[in-house]
Formats: sequence, structure tokens, C-alpha cells
Amino acid sequence: MENYWNKEIECMSREDMKKLQDERLVAQVKHVYENVPYYKKLMDEKGVTPDDIKSTADLHKLPFLTKADLRDAYPYGLLAMPLSECVRIQSTSGTTGKRVVAFYTQHDVDLWEDCCARAITAVGGTKDDVCQVAYGYGLFTGGPGLNGGSHKVGCLTLPMSSGNTERQIQFMRDLGSTILCCTPSYAAYIGETVKEMGLTPDDLKLKAGIFGAEPWTEEMRREIEKSLGIKAYDIYGLTETSGPGVAFECSAQKGMHINEDHFIAEIIDPDTGEVLPEGSKGELVFTSITKEAFPLLRYRTRDICVLSREKCSCGRTLIKMSKPMGRSDDMLIIRGVNVFPSQIETVLIEQGYAPNYQIEVDRVNNTDTLDINVEMSEEQFSDTIKGIQEKERELVEAIKTILGINPKVHLVSPKSIARSEGKAVRVIDKRKLHD
Amino acid sequence: MLIKQISIFVENKPGRLSAVTKLLSDNDIDIRALSVADTKDFGILRLIVNNPDKACEVLKKADCTVSLTNVIAIGINDKPGGLSAAMDCLYAANISVEYMYAFISKSEDQAYVILRVENNDKAVEALKENNFTILKAEEVYDM
Ligand SMILES: [Zn+2]
Repeated sequence: MENYWNKEIECMSREDMKKLQDERLVAQVKHVYENVPYYKKLMDEKGVTPDDIKSTADLHKLPFLTKADLRDAYPYGLLAMPLSECVRIQSTSGTTGKRVVAFYTQHDVDLWEDCCARAITAVGGTKDDVCQVAYGYGLFTGGPGLNGGSHKVGCLTLPMSSGNTERQIQFMRDLGSTILCCTPSYAAYIGETVKEMGLTPDDLKLKAGIFGAEPWTEEMRREIEKSLGIKAYDIYGLTETSGPGVAFECSAQKGMHINEDHFIAEIIDPDTGEVLPEGSKGELVFTSITKEAFPLLRYRTRDICVLSREKCSCGRTLIKMSKPMGRSDDMLIIRGVNVFPSQIETVLIEQGYAPNYQIEVDRVNNTDTLDINVEMSEEQFSDTIKGIQEKERELVEAIKTILGINPKVHLVSPKSIARSEGKAVRVIDKRKLHD
Repeated sequence: MLIKQISIFVENKPGRLSAVTKLLSDNDIDIRALSVADTKDFGILRLIVNNPDKACEVLKKADCTVSLTNVIAIGINDKPGGLSAAMDCLYAANISVEYMYAFISKSEDQAYVILRVENNDKAVEALKENNFTILKAEEVYDM
């Protein structure tokens, strides 16, 4: 039996949803144009006024907003409500450049928590559940978002925040946690610690986990499910768009339903900005349609994914997005094919290699070349040339299957790939040097 | 009976080979025999040394990719036909040789050949039956 937090919205007919989106989009555009000079300037430059936006069909007329705009406008430049009406801020970690600060009115907090409540309900959560929130609390949106959603659903909420893993497991056992919310890497770590402590999934009451805020693979999902004896679900969101809960996975575990009554999703070609038809792979763009303090029109997430309106077995009619497959800023076009370093990384991990590699793209006689240097471990080293070439051939085959183009793979010594600040330099595009 | 050979992965970059040999001599490790197999991109340096375990440790510490492989050392007469007799013997026993390399001994009429085969036990048996001299590990290390 599928449970819904808001069945009317989650299973709404496409026609009704479109009507709702049209109304809300018109109002949202008007709201930002009148209250945010930054947006007014962007729209004026593009020659668009709120009168030009009559429905979602006009969405493409609006200018894009990028992370650079958010940094430019820091801290108050995109604020659409008086500060006296705002009740909360959340912020990005700011690992690259300046932080982004997002503002919330009480209405904004409510709708965000409501989105998280839908996610918790979709994994089977009810007021009888014990929900352990092991996302970080504070400026990071993970903890506060799921905490709020858990309250709405009526779960007994354990605001653990992240870290102190043995204590996490202690509480999990003593209070019988049934739902775990944290990053997938932390869930995997908790799973390992459970084993190290001599426990098995049978010692826990956990049944489901909601894991987001970082990329993870299907293989990781299987590992976490096994080590904790649960079903593991994905959740998507960005601080800029409010936090986790913009999209959430259902019982089908095959893509995340986007809360379309609050966010309109588009897929664009990251190079041209052109809107691509449903089912195309491209950059995900979000437009908020209900936010008060920090609305976003056509915000470029830089996440590459695919949207699908295929009928879902859970009964929800909300459009689904795939797991992000990479970042648009990392995308390489090689022989006309879109290639993401993350795709190559996934193959390497699946084939038992550490993700220490370097991609070298060049152009020889007007043809793009793709060379991939991969660090091998001692176990992978063989004392025969044949043995090493065989390993290289296996990698070529596996990568070719995923990318559709033939790379050259070179196994190299451990730690031989140049690192910058501890991270291997992933891509060297020599074509740019020639232009 | 079997001898530990050290195999080292060396990228074809200037100075890699000399860096390895210098590291060994700095650590008082003597090289008894050496061979290099290489392709356009990389090579595998194969060494027989007086103290393979220590050499391996030293190389690993220096972040070299190293493995130890068991190989056979045989003595053959240092005159025409000596090596081919040994090859014939292995061929007759249906043993394929992955690679081999020879080195000359201090005594005048003996040469030694390092053999890497798929099945060491079978190869040793066949060579013994045909009266080839198979060197003990210590004999090679202490040569
Ligand atoms: Zn579904």
C-alpha cells in the first residue's frame, strides 16, 4: 500500500497540475520583478516583462540565473521580502568561492518541510516511526529539512546530527529507530561500524533510509541496503532551492519525483541554453513558483540528468528526474559525444580501481583523442606485459560500452598522477591550448 | 628451488630506471641478473637480487609498484645448443615459457637462464628428468 503525504497534489492530473503551475508562475514572476532589482535588471536586459509570462509555455523567455549571480548578489541582492518577514537563513558550505545564503519566511520553511514530509511518507514513514536524522544540523540544509519533515509526519524525531557513530548506533538500538536520514557516505560508514561492533542488521529496527546531498551509485545503494537491512532512497535538493525535498524517491526506487507544485524543472543544453525535449540528457534548471523570500527563476543547477513522465508504479504523477549523472561544468564533448569524468570514474570503481585517473583530450588530424591514465594498485600489477595489456583492454571495453567512444587506457604507477591540493587533476584538455 | 624475482613497473619516462637502480645500491642490494621488457608506454624491470625481501620493502617504501614472482634458474653449458636443449625439453613437456633471460656466471663454462613458466612444479620435474642443473635460491642470491 502506497502512502502519500498529499495525495491530491502528488497524484494530480497533468492538466490540473499545469493549471496550478501556470497560475503560480505568473504570480512568482510578478513578485520578483517588483521586489528584486537584480531580477528586474536581468529581465529588462532580455526585454521581458511580467506581462510576457502568461503560462509555463513562456518560461523559456526568462533569463537564466547562475551560481555566479547568487554570489554577485550576496548577501541581500536576491531577497524578495523585507528582512522583518524572514525567519531563517541556511547556507552552502562555500567550498568553491563565496557562500550562498538563502532566506526563508515562515511560509517558505513550511513548504520546504512539507516537501520533506512527502519524502518521508514515500519511504513508508508514519507517525509510528522513529526517525533518526544524522545529517549535519546548522547552516547545512540536510538536518533542519528532514528534521522539519519528520515533525510534520509525526515521527519521533532523533536530532542526532552527524558524527559520533557509536552513539548513533547506540540510540538506534535503544530507541528502535526505523528511518535513517543522512548522506549516503555516512550511511555506508554506519553500516561498516555496525559490522565492526559485532552487530547484524537483525539487531536494528531500521527499515528505510533517506540519503542525499552527494552523488552515489546503485552499487552503493545495494551495499547500504545490505549492511543496514533497509531500503535506501535518494532525495534531491540544493540550498539555493530551499534544501532537500525538491525531489524524492518513491517505492519504485527508480528516479526522484519532483514536487512540481513548487518547482518547475527544465532540461537544457548546457552549451546553447536551448530547452531540450523530455527524455534528453542535459542540465537541470529549476524555477520556484511558491517561494517568498528567495525565489529562483530558471536557476541552472549544473547537474546533468534526464526527466521522465513515464507512469510510475507508485501512482504519483509528479515528473521524475534521474540521479544526476555529472556536472555540466565538467562536461567534455569528444567526437561529438558528451562525456562526463564521473562516468569514467564509475566504471573504474566497478572494475576495482581506485578513482585516481587523468583524462587527456587532444585533437590529432582533426579527430579528438581520449587517453585515460589510471593508477593501478599492487594487486593489479602483473609481471608480464601481456597481463597489464589485458587489464588495459578490459578497461577500454568497459568504458567504450558506457561512453560509446573508444578511449586509450594506460595503467600507471600509484600516486604518479599529479595532484593539486590533494585531489588528482582530472582533465587535461589540450584542444583548448591549440585554439 | 624457486627463486624470488622482483618485478617493477616503470613508466617510460627519463630517469625512472636509474632511480630504481640507485635506490637499490644505496640500500646495499646487489643485482644478480636483470631484464627489461617494454612497450611504447611502460616497461617491466625484472631483477634477481641478493636479498629480494629487503629490496621489495625498500622499493615499496619509495612508492614503486612491485611484485614478487617465483621463477626457475637453470644452469646450461655455455656453448652452442645449450639453451635450445632446455627449450626442447620444456616444449616436449608441453610447458609454455612466459619469458626468460640469461646471465653469465663467474665460472667459465656455465651460463644461467631465468625461466618464468606457467607451472613451476611441472617445469622443474621435466628439467630434472633431463638432467638440467636447477639452482637453489641461496646459490643464486649468494652468487
Ligand atoms: Zn513513483
